[in-house]
Amino acid sequence: MKNKYIKFLSAPYIIWALIFIIVPLLMVFYYGFTDKSGAFTISNITAIATHEHSKALWLALYLSLISTAICILLAYPLAMILSHIGENAGANKDKYMVFIFILPMWMNFLLRTIAWQTLLENDGVINSFLNLLHLPALRIINTPAAIVFGMVYNFLPFMVLPLVNALNKIDINVINAARDLGANSVQTFLRIILPLSLPGLISGITMVFIPSLTTFIVSDLLGGSKILLIGNVIEQEFTQYSNWNLGSGLSIVLMIFIIVSIVLSTIFDKDMEGTAI
Amino acid sequence: MMKFIKKFYLVIIFIFLYAPMVTLIVFSFNNTKSRAKWGGFTFKWYAGLFNDSSIIQALINTLTIALLSSLIATLIGTIAALAMNNMKKLSKNILMGVTNIPMLNAEIVTGISLMLLFIFFKYRFGYVTILLAHITFNIPYVILSVAPRLKTLNPNIYEAALDLGANPLKAFFKVVFPDIMPGILSGFLMCFTMSIDDFIITHFTKGAGVDTLSTKIYAQVKKGIDPKMYALSTLIFVTVLVLLILVNYTPNKEKQRRLKGEKAK
Amino acid sequence: MKKLMIGILGLTCLFALAGCSRTYANGEVYVYNWGEYCDPETLEMFEEEYDIKVIYDEYETNEIMYPKVEAGAVKYDVVCPSDYMICKMIEHDLLQEINFDNIPNSTNIGDQYYKMSEEFDPGNKYSVPYCWGTVGILYNKTMIDPEDTVDSWSILWDEKYANSILMQDSVRDAFMVSLKLNGYSMNTLNDDELEVAKDSLIEQKPLVQAYVIDQVRDKMIGNEAALGVIYSGEAIYTQRENPDLEYVIPKEGTNVWIDSWVILKDAENVENAEKFINFMCRPDIALMNFEYITYSTPNDAARELIEDEEIRNSEIAFPDLSQYNDLETFIYLGDEGDEKYSELWKKVKSE
Repeated sequence: MKNKYIKFLSAPYIIWALIFIIVPLLMVFYYGFTDKSGAFTISNITAIATHEHSKALWLALYLSLISTAICILLAYPLAMILSHIGENAGANKDKYMVFIFILPMWMNFLLRTIAWQTLLENDGVINSFLNLLHLPALRIINTPAAIVFGMVYNFLPFMVLPLVNALNKIDINVINAARDLGANSVQTFLRIILPLSLPGLISGITMVFIPSLTTFIVSDLLGGSKILLIGNVIEQEFTQYSNWNLGSGLSIVLMIFIIVSIVLSTIFDKDMEGTAI
Repeated sequence: MMKFIKKFYLVIIFIFLYAPMVTLIVFSFNNTKSRAKWGGFTFKWYAGLFNDSSIIQALINTLTIALLSSLIATLIGTIAALAMNNMKKLSKNILMGVTNIPMLNAEIVTGISLMLLFIFFKYRFGYVTILLAHITFNIPYVILSVAPRLKTLNPNIYEAALDLGANPLKAFFKVVFPDIMPGILSGFLMCFTMSIDDFIITHFTKGAGVDTLSTKIYAQVKKGIDPKMYALSTLIFVTVLVLLILVNYTPNKEKQRRLKGEKAK
Repeated sequence: MKKLMIGILGLTCLFALAGCSRTYANGEVYVYNWGEYCDPETLEMFEEEYDIKVIYDEYETNEIMYPKVEAGAVKYDVVCPSDYMICKMIEHDLLQEINFDNIPNSTNIGDQYYKMSEEFDPGNKYSVPYCWGTVGILYNKTMIDPEDTVDSWSILWDEKYANSILMQDSVRDAFMVSLKLNGYSMNTLNDDELEVAKDSLIEQKPLVQAYVIDQVRDKMIGNEAALGVIYSGEAIYTQRENPDLEYVIPKEGTNVWIDSWVILKDAENVENAEKFINFMCRPDIALMNFEYITYSTPNDAARELIEDEEIRNSEIAFPDLSQYNDLETFIYLGDEGDEKYSELWKKVKSE
């Protein structure tokens, strides 16, 4: 497979990446650091400090952190049951189970979210049901709670799948060995399963956190346009206020947060892997 | 007891995941246009679906864009992965870093940056711009699913083939290609899935009169969803379900491997 | 695995084949219109009659339409903006003068509407009126306290109806409600007045169930809310679907608007655009559109054709504006004015 010239085969991709990845990003930076007349400015970046922008950013961070935490809490037990660590699941059966849990992803993402809108509405399906049972109505549509709900629902599979994969990679003998050596289930979990599944957990976290942080659809559909997240602010700068400079500036800030979260997660990942082995 | 808790938990999550599906399927049989009330059972949305040229056109766009972008991305991505496998560490790492950008960056930023690009070059927004954007965010999925396969490849086999008189191209297709095929396939499927489900990037790169299902639905969200859309998504859902069941009942080792690799990158 | 792939491929090819459609001899016309703002059948009839392909796109608010047109990434020919937006587009040199000789049907539009248009299109050079109406409150009789009479914007600030109020999710309309409530002009640029209006909107926000545009229709029909700010054109449709609904123009005054067809400066299919506008002004087509979208038509000839007398003389569809006070039409406030409003609106939304 060693051939001197084979590396030149990457030329089409390099050209593609230059035109469609690098140049567009540079354009975002160009707009982000200039004003409408084209002069250099950092006011588009510092604009994040204004009350309405920083509030949108903090709210987005806050809600996506909560969603990520809920996703972990929901997904970890599920992944344990679905992976071969779940003792009584046959090798063939769990495969179908995983399928069942990714199947909803094939229904359009917007339609799924709209369906939740209908379910959660004041006069919606869930409330009619609660009403029938004489239970108090659920008033969460158009609140941050509904947005968290939507994020968890839409991004849960992104947490479950890497976790199942990571858990499936664990040699069952390692777990048995730990048990034989006298570890109880809590110890086995904390010292063996959790550290070994960490790469899956980390990739799950980034795959849930980043889309939640940057979404504008979920907040739009389930928040009744009452709640602005940073994604909504950026989207509106482009589609309504035609202020590309400000929109680009805020995008740069958003990218900084993404980079920070990725760097954090890789550092954490490496540390833990080191202790586990 | 433990078993009961497990079952119970699975059922709860199952209900959580499928409640919206059921809702949408029920709506597709609802005899009123409004989501708010139940007007009796009907098949009219299904019948109407095939006469609604705009929805059918959106479906065609969605499928052809997904297919074309996945094919092109698979081609470019596979070749790139092959080449990257033979690169020096530094240039390989740089290229890999660039590859990661569309995967890790916010979709909204990717969409906006592509929009700025097309506007700058005064390229007319339409089918082609969506296609270019989809290829761009698809290539990384291919590279990231092919590259690990190449890493575990035994280079000696390829060289043995050369020694035995095969020309490089033949050696590649006879020896290397079958080994990385599963990676290529799972990359292709990832692309197809991602492309079909994409809304945000399409939203920023689409032009007049060209809609995919996602953008069509988004436009309808604001003015009231056409129940034909529910009918269509029910049909898609059932089709995928049937396809998956069919595939699953044919025992095939390759598929099991793919299953585990799918979606997790 | 392979079967799945073949299945996908097969299905795609099938649909691609089904997609091969007819060609049009006389080219195409790019139309950018409001959502649900014409009967799709009329578009098909136009394609049939003139052999011109209509490429049709929709927007939700003037503010969403403008950046798209300004960026020029999509070359639309015909757009249907509202009054103040037409003015903005004229000032930014985005429109071209219409040759009315090529649109003989434009004489079907009543003179009073051309007169109203003078406000934003002096000399009637750029626009042909398509729909007009007012903005008011749509309320659900069964959900309103019988003691209350709905005749003022102030009911949208009544805590009794917390979580049952739907506001418009567009800058100018939202501020119009608040400015009118406080007794100011809806075209004000006075900072103090705007500040008061902004504070009112912030005060109102906890009571608002959602900021919506066209969704207000579905939500009101579905008894999701008691009160909603709505365009008069939706009133007839919503009443037909839910007889409990009632439309009212508040006493503090409101916005009278006109949406008109315009042709963009860099339109590539001017001739087809003229044909399209002319077609839309034809009485039978205008009538079809009126019956479909239920927005008041300025097309007098079409109004004559309405068979149902009740609707032809309906106070909602064709109100006699002289009996209302403080009616205004939005005017374009300049780029700085626009920015001022957007800033304040963002503050409201992020509160």
